[in-house]
Amino acid sequence: MTPRDSHGERWFDQEAGPIVRPYAVTNGRTLPDSSASFGLIDVVVATGEGPYGHFRPGPEHRRILGVCRRPTPIVDLTSEIDLPLGVVRVLLGDLTNEGMLRIVSAQRQPVPDQRLLRMVLDGLESL
Amino acid sequence: MDLNPYDSARQDSARQDSARHDTARQDSASQGTGPSAVPSTAKILIAGGFGVGKTTLVGSVSEIRPLRTEEPLSDRSVGIDDTHGLSAKTTTTVAMDFGRISFSSQLVLYLFGTPGQERFWFMWDDLSFGAIGAVVMADTRRVADCFASIDYFERNDIPFIVAVNCFEGAPRFEADDIRIALTLKPEIPVVLCDARDRESVKKVLIGLARYVMLSRSQATTASRG
Ligand SMILES: Nc1nc2c(ncn2[C@@H]2O[C@H](COP(=O)(O)OP(=O)(O)OP(=O)(O)O)[C@@H](O)[C@H]2O)c(=O)[nH]1
Ligand SMILES: [Mg+2]
Repeated sequence: MTPRDSHGERWFDQEAGPIVRPYAVTNGRTLPDSSASFGLIDVVVATGEGPYGHFRPGPEHRRILGVCRRPTPIVDLTSEIDLPLGVVRVLLGDLTNEGMLRIVSAQRQPVPDQRLLRMVLDGLESL
Repeated sequence: MDLNPYDSARQDSARQDSARHDTARQDSASQGTGPSAVPSTAKILIAGGFGVGKTTLVGSVSEIRPLRTEEPLSDRSVGIDDTHGLSAKTTTTVAMDFGRISFSSQLVLYLFGTPGQERFWFMWDDLSFGAIGAVVMADTRRVADCFASIDYFERNDIPFIVAVNCFEGAPRFEADDIRIALTLKPEIPVVLCDARDRESVKKVLIGLARYVMLSRSQATTASRG
């Protein structure tokens, strides 16, 4: 059996790493409470503002805000804070709802534009 | 903008309207230089059967990083979505690897090895949305392993090329033999590669980027008449 912490919210397991039931961090929410969509390579940044309401950022929210002091692609953020992507998306939804974080660059088209393709090709050729 | 977190925003149309709104609002605020500059990001998928060399290929041109993602065992897998019983639910964890090539502070290219097993296909739409395209890796000893990837990319109109990973001792074929074995359309490039070799992998990626540029620009011209 894995012990529960005193708040009854998180599960710990020495072998598996700190969180064995990742969605416990989000109180069981598996989808963001947010209309924003968070693509893997979309870029987010902390606004430096406090929350709109009485929201209290948890430790994971604060870690995200810390990493996102500079604009950070969501995939890098997820890898760095070592939480599963689904969990990160829920937490990002909380933070954007509260105006503490925003998406600064987002892929809205299913296909990248020619300008980006050209940049990538030039980059690869000069590697 | 006041977003009520509990409104019906998960409906697709609402989702997209608001997303568009967000981008418009944010673009004007995102100008900047130095550490606060917002990078352009792009991604390429590396697909293919189990053990075909996806991780090796990504590692040859970039530093491999771990990415954890998980699928809640809910509606999709079980057929019943009991949102109130989440504490009793389990999730499947998918460990993926990705590589990151940063050309400058302004442009970062991500390479995503797509998890091969079918139960992870829920990830593929996410991975492929907005992708430049895909490299489907094939092993001549078991070409059929990449059929599923090819089907997926064809069905979803995602441009791809085929890279034959040349293992020692594996039978050598001409690119055209592979094309026939995979029943590929004639325009789809087939290249031979060594996933362990950086120059070889660079060529594969350049081949994909060129092919995508060409096919996208032809598609645009064609649709204009
Ligand atoms: N000889 C040779 N061996 C290779 C080559 N590419 C990969 N390998 C080896 O093949 C094995 C599998 O390669 P991986 O890169 O892990 O394959 P993968 O597609 O990521 O595998 P999964 O993620 O498990 O599906 C490893 O032992 C590699 O060292 C190659 O081009 N030549
Ligand atoms: Mg692998």
